[in-house]
Amino acid sequence: MEQIEYIIEVVLENKKAARDPVGETIKRDLLAKKGYNMVLNVRSGQYLRFYLNAANEKEASGIIEDLLNKLRIYNPVTQNFKILNISQES
Amino acid sequence: MSIKIAVIQFPAANCDLDAIHVLNGVMGVEAQLVWHNHFKEVKYDGVVLPGGFSFGDYLRAGIIAAHSPAIDETRVMLKDGRPVIGICNGFQILTEAQFLPGALLQNESLKFVCKWINIKVENNQTAFTNKMKTGDVLDIPVAHGEGRYFTDNLKELKENNQIVFRYSSRNGEYGDNANPNGSMDNIAGVCNLDQNCIGLMPHPERASEPILSPFKTSHGKLFFESMIEFIKRRLS
Repeated sequence: MEQIEYIIEVVLENKKAARDPVGETIKRDLLAKKGYNMVLNVRSGQYLRFYLNAANEKEASGIIEDLLNKLRIYNPVTQNFKILNISQES
Repeated sequence: MSIKIAVIQFPAANCDLDAIHVLNGVMGVEAQLVWHNHFKEVKYDGVVLPGGFSFGDYLRAGIIAAHSPAIDETRVMLKDGRPVIGICNGFQILTEAQFLPGALLQNESLKFVCKWINIKVENNQTAFTNKMKTGDVLDIPVAHGEGRYFTDNLKELKENNQIVFRYSSRNGEYGDNANPNGSMDNIAGVCNLDQNCIGLMPHPERASEPILSPFKTSHGKLFFESMIEFIKRRLS
C-alpha cells in the first residue's frame, strides 16, 4: 500500500487540577499589568510535531495515539493530550 | 554477611558519586556504580537511583530513564522485596516508571530551589525509615526545578499510609512557608504499597555527615542505616 507522509501536531497540557504556574505568571505578571484584563486564563503546554509514514490519516493518528499512551509521552496523572492537526507533507 | 548495593548511573546523573561515597565511606557497605544499561539485579541487595538529571530530562524529568533496561531489573527487585530508593531525579524516574504514585511538576515558583529545609517523618515502617520515629523532623537539603508533588488520588495515598515525608518548619509545623516547591499537602516523599520502595525530592546523601550540614546534623544517614537494617533482616 502506498505510504503517505503525514504531519501530526499534538499538544500536552496539564489537567485542570494540576496548577500551571507558567500560565498563571503570564496572566498575572504580564497580561494583567499591560491592560489585557479581558484575558481570563492562560494555560501553557508542550507542543510536539510528528512526521510519519502511514497508509491513511486514520492509521497515522492511530499510530500516534498508540505511542502517546504506550510510551507515556504524556503523563496521564497530570496531563491530557490533544491532536491539534493532521496534514500531509507537501 | 556482605551487603552489596548498586547506584545506577544514568547519563547526566550528578549525585551518583555522593551516594557511593556515603554507602562505601560512611556506612561501610559495598556500593558499586553501575551504568544503567549494564545493571543486573541478581547481583545486588538494594538499589539507589541517584539525583541529578537523566537524558537531559527532555519531555519530562525522568521519563526517558523510566524506559531504561535498569527499570525492568528494578521491577524484579521490588517484586522480590528488596529495597529501592529514588532521590530527586531518581524519585522522578520512579514515578514515571509507575513504581510510585503521583508525579513531580515544575516548582510553583518556576525557579530552581537549592537550600536546606526540613521534612517530618510520617511513616517509619518503610525500608528507609525504620530507624526514624514518626514525627521526627530532619535537616536535609533540596536542589531541584521539578519537585512539586502532585497526585490525582490523595485520599488513597493517605489511607494506604504512603506519604512518608512532608515538608515542615524546623518546629514540625506544616504550612506554605515550609513548602519549597508547592507540593500538594506538603508531600516530600512517598512509598509503594509494599513499603520497600521510596522516593523523595530532598537529598539524604548530602546530609549524612555533620561537616556538610549547617546544623552539624547527619539526619540523612538514617535513611542508609534503615536500608542496611532492612537488608540484614531480609537476609537473616
